[in-house]
Amino acid sequence: MGGWLGRQRWLLRMGAGWLAAPMERHGRAAATSASSAREPVPGGPDGRRREPLRRRANSASAPAVGASAEGVRRDRPGSYSGATSASRQRVESLKKKRPLFPWFGLDIGGTLVKLVYFEPKDITAEEEEEEVESLKSIRKYLTSNVAYGSTGIRDVHLELKDLTLCGRKGNLHFIRFPTHDMPAFIQMGRDKNFSSLHTVFCATGGGAYKFEQDFLTIGDLQLCKLDELDCLIKGILYIDSVGFNGRSQCYYFENPADCEKCQKLPFDLKNPYPLLLVNIGSGVSILAVYSKDNYKRVTGTSLGGGTFFGLCCLLTGCTTFEEALEMASRGDSTKVDKLVRDIYGGDYERFGLPGWAVASSFGNMMSKEKREAVSKEDLARATLITITNNIGSIARMCALNENINQVVFVGNFLRINTIAMRLLAYALDYWSKGQLKALFSEHEGYFGAVGALLELLKIP
Amino acid sequence: MAECGASGSGSSGDSLDKSITLPPDEIFRNLENAKRFAIDIGGSLTKLAYYSTVQHKVAKVRSFDHSGKDTEQDHEPPYEISVQEEVTARLHFVKFENTYIEACLDFIKDHLVNTETKVIQATGGGAYKFKDLIEEKLQLKVDKEDVMTCLIKGCNFVLKNIPHEAFVYQKDSDPEFRFQTNHPNIFPYLLVNIGSGVSIVKKFDELLHLASRGQHTNVDMLVQDIYGGAHETLGLSGNLIASSFGKSATADQEFSKEDMAKSLLHMISNDIGQLACLYARLHCLDRVYFGGFFIRGHPVTMRTITYSINFFSKGEVQALFLRHEGYLGAIGAFLKGAEQDNPNQYSWGENYAGSSGLMSSSPELCPTQRARSGTFDLLEMDRLERPLVNLPLLLDPSSYVPDTVDLTDDALARKYWLTCFEEALDGVVKRAVASQPGSVDAAERAEKFRQKYWNKLQTLRHQPFAYGTLTVRSLLDTREHCLNEFNFPDPYSKVKQKDNGVALKCFQRVVSALDALDWEERQLALVKGLLAGNVFDWGAKAVSDVLESDPQFGFEEAKKKLQERPWLVDSYGKWLQRLKGPPHKCALIFADNSGVDVILGVFPFVRELLSRGTEVILACNSGPALNDVTYSESLIVAERIAAMDPVIHSALREERLLLVQTGSSSPCLDLSRLDKGLAVLVREHGADLVVIEGMGRAVHTNYHAALCCESLKLAVIKNSWLAERLGGQLFSVIFKYEVPAE
Repeated sequence: MGGWLGRQRWLLRMGAGWLAAPMERHGRAAATSASSAREPVPGGPDGRRREPLRRRANSASAPAVGASAEGVRRDRPGSYSGATSASRQRVESLKKKRPLFPWFGLDIGGTLVKLVYFEPKDITAEEEEEEVESLKSIRKYLTSNVAYGSTGIRDVHLELKDLTLCGRKGNLHFIRFPTHDMPAFIQMGRDKNFSSLHTVFCATGGGAYKFEQDFLTIGDLQLCKLDELDCLIKGILYIDSVGFNGRSQCYYFENPADCEKCQKLPFDLKNPYPLLLVNIGSGVSILAVYSKDNYKRVTGTSLGGGTFFGLCCLLTGCTTFEEALEMASRGDSTKVDKLVRDIYGGDYERFGLPGWAVASSFGNMMSKEKREAVSKEDLARATLITITNNIGSIARMCALNENINQVVFVGNFLRINTIAMRLLAYALDYWSKGQLKALFSEHEGYFGAVGALLELLKIP
Repeated sequence: MAECGASGSGSSGDSLDKSITLPPDEIFRNLENAKRFAIDIGGSLTKLAYYSTVQHKVAKVRSFDHSGKDTEQDHEPPYEISVQEEVTARLHFVKFENTYIEACLDFIKDHLVNTETKVIQATGGGAYKFKDLIEEKLQLKVDKEDVMTCLIKGCNFVLKNIPHEAFVYQKDSDPEFRFQTNHPNIFPYLLVNIGSGVSIVKKFDELLHLASRGQHTNVDMLVQDIYGGAHETLGLSGNLIASSFGKSATADQEFSKEDMAKSLLHMISNDIGQLACLYARLHCLDRVYFGGFFIRGHPVTMRTITYSINFFSKGEVQALFLRHEGYLGAIGAFLKGAEQDNPNQYSWGENYAGSSGLMSSSPELCPTQRARSGTFDLLEMDRLERPLVNLPLLLDPSSYVPDTVDLTDDALARKYWLTCFEEALDGVVKRAVASQPGSVDAAERAEKFRQKYWNKLQTLRHQPFAYGTLTVRSLLDTREHCLNEFNFPDPYSKVKQKDNGVALKCFQRVVSALDALDWEERQLALVKGLLAGNVFDWGAKAVSDVLESDPQFGFEEAKKKLQERPWLVDSYGKWLQRLKGPPHKCALIFADNSGVDVILGVFPFVRELLSRGTEVILACNSGPALNDVTYSESLIVAERIAAMDPVIHSALREERLLLVQTGSSSPCLDLSRLDKGLAVLVREHGADLVVIEGMGRAVHTNYHAALCCESLKLAVIKNSWLAERLGGQLFSVIFKYEVPAE
């Protein structure tokens, strides 16, 4: 008991960080930790190291379901592969393992809450008959709307159709709303009497901890808290494997700096490892992924999406991320930033610095005249360029240090943010002289939530 | 200091201030001899470098021509002293705000005599902008030098030539600056220059001041804001910043300027620290030097950068700052222009008299105060006669620290010594005046010296770190630099002359008495002689009082003053035992005082070693300091002794006794900066014994110095406070014989 709890704490500790110190996160490191030494893991570290997490998840959900049959069934490890072609017996066993509907995965970040919801489309008449009212109402509410309240949004374009999960066919929906509306969401759960469904809420992100008590006291819901980096990686690998409704999930930019020739092209992530994963949410986490279960958090930075948006609010008075990006798209950052050519009159050849490179972000804003000459749009653009270049720099250094050349950028900072993506693509390619490739993924910010859903379904 | 006269405050950095009056001799010193200029113009500060020659009076000693026969008259001094003019090279660096640039250029033009100079090396972003102005004003062709190359050249130069150049910043510790002894190999290192075009000093400093009063947690999204409270189980401090400015993403809240400034400061500092760590890791470096406008001695930025480096590198990388970071570009540009003179072949030393120390920069100090104190900043480097190197016998040059007590650290000792030097000042002034009876302005110069040194002492009271680690050595050296500054090159020359004459007359008698003793008695008598000789130290108040009041005080009287055995530190038994063994191959002896000390203490000891078959290298200071025997004096003394003593005579002739200079003009001894010639001899002769004599060389410095051969450190403690600290009394004896571990 003490053994796996100890390790559990260690795993959880890994979660949260943005600015947090880079910490070793190899599977091997886990295997050699004191706690696992006391509890030898058969079959090597990779195969079994998630085990404690699952148990923890179950133990967390246990009080909500009591000692019911479902609760017992949930304890069995899940399996996903080959469900559709399985024998009847296999289908039966799948059914037994499946948790009750509704299937949610929740990722409560610093700024946004990401919710994925699996809508079963293979409901039999018999099932529909048995479906309790509250469950039905949730399904109808979520699938018939594209907006919830004033701030909740369903990203319809991201919906994954005809997905088979745990032997059930259905659609996966992607919903987001601001974290500051979390109390309203919990209240909704109470109003809709979620707790009566005996459902398990698998949640990740910092909010899983911050709002745990509220879920319990207000919504009578026990959260199953999951490590956000575990979920992130799980989510990415899974989503990449199922594709995007027949299209490729992963993509890259060709000629990113060229407005006319720039092309978004699919990328086949068939050899995903090793991979540098840069998750840009409010802050940034950078992970080096060596295999499904072997990864480490290399570093993080507090200069992330939250910084871009926060600074934009202060500098331009904008109120939404979309507005900030829209302004940025119309601005000119070179009026704000001091470029190498502003100092050297051209390239700084001796050290291979091109004239267009930014020498000092916001460097022109020390001059009163130049301050008076810039627009809010220019400031928004410069903020975007500053934050993006910085993330690109740090990512590039990490890739060099870790000797990895595929860099996948994810996180909601990149949502509808082609400027940032193209800049990352260009900067990585340019400064690495073509050695590094910047990759992106269609479901940018939802991987944590997907990972949480997979945990609920015990899909490895 | 010069003050901005006309234009209103807060004016743009572009407007030039022409109405200032500069105190010329204090800032652009020695302009009349200046040749070769370099200038580094940053976004806000200009750094001017020039090479100049300084005329110094030096006291030269010269043997009388002994062809005559009546040389041994009683009243005749042993040698003659003449004061001569000597020209030494000096590098001047002046830092001032760009607003003064035009006034400064005018001033330089008006005072520039030397017309050989045709070119000025220029670097920095502003070199561009002010090119025409410089060419027009100075009639010199501007030769642009690469910024980064200059920075690196400058950094190498200061790390090589200024022992306490680099320091780490330690928050909440006293002192906050901890200076590092330079590693003998300064490479590899990472240099992070955080500059780029901040054009208004005052505004930037105001911003930092604003930041130091702010609360970043109101603006930044912390881990605890996302995870709720401090989560011990997460192993992450809740106070960590998860998203800089993350909380400002709201329309319905006002944020204070202070809070936003603080958040910005953290954001920038953390980011720089993180990138620096990533680069350090990539290149396997563990030292990162930070410089540039952003640092400029600001504790606030040094603190945040240090924090960030520690955090991101988990303590594996050290953030270091430089006392002269502002001058790197100018130094580099100058060196670039002076390449044909090969300035790097010389060793240079910081002149404490002519350099402003690291200014106080407490964040509480209001920006205008800062700006005023930092308006003009000076650095002067003297070119040393000869290149300096490590003593090859140091056990571990990278960990060698010459000084025994760090006065920046030890507040009690600092207080004592500062007071001690203040109280001794009157005597030094008197001595200085007395040393130049023929000079009409001696009193006036001595008064200027008093003022200058007094001011230095007051600066050091408030900013002990101003010139690096404060030590008794640095206090002594500063005094010597100040004396030189006002042309008192050797206030003790006459005293030394007289003492040497008196002692020389006693030499034969002392030697005969020693020779009459049996071997074992003689060894102890020789050591006692060394110690008694060491009592004659005009630098120690307890002694100078006695010497002033009792002109008859001599060798025998001094012996009586000595503590009886067992001494305070007494390994004489071990030493005697060693002497019964095989002779040493070669002994390196660092002598201390003139007169009785070197003649009746050291030479008989040397003579005994020579008789045992040990070669001797006798090292004396290159330049004068107090009544310490100088190399040129030692040559005369040796010559006179050789005339009386066949052992010394033959040893000198056969080069079994070698006289060398240390390269130093300090009453203390830094074994990491010694004359290259000395180092070569030590190696060639395979020195296997080092004898260090005197309080300055064996107690204030080198008491803990670890050597890779046998060593003898001996001194008489002539200061009751120090004696008490060491657990003894006035005239306690230190006799420390050490054999390195196998």
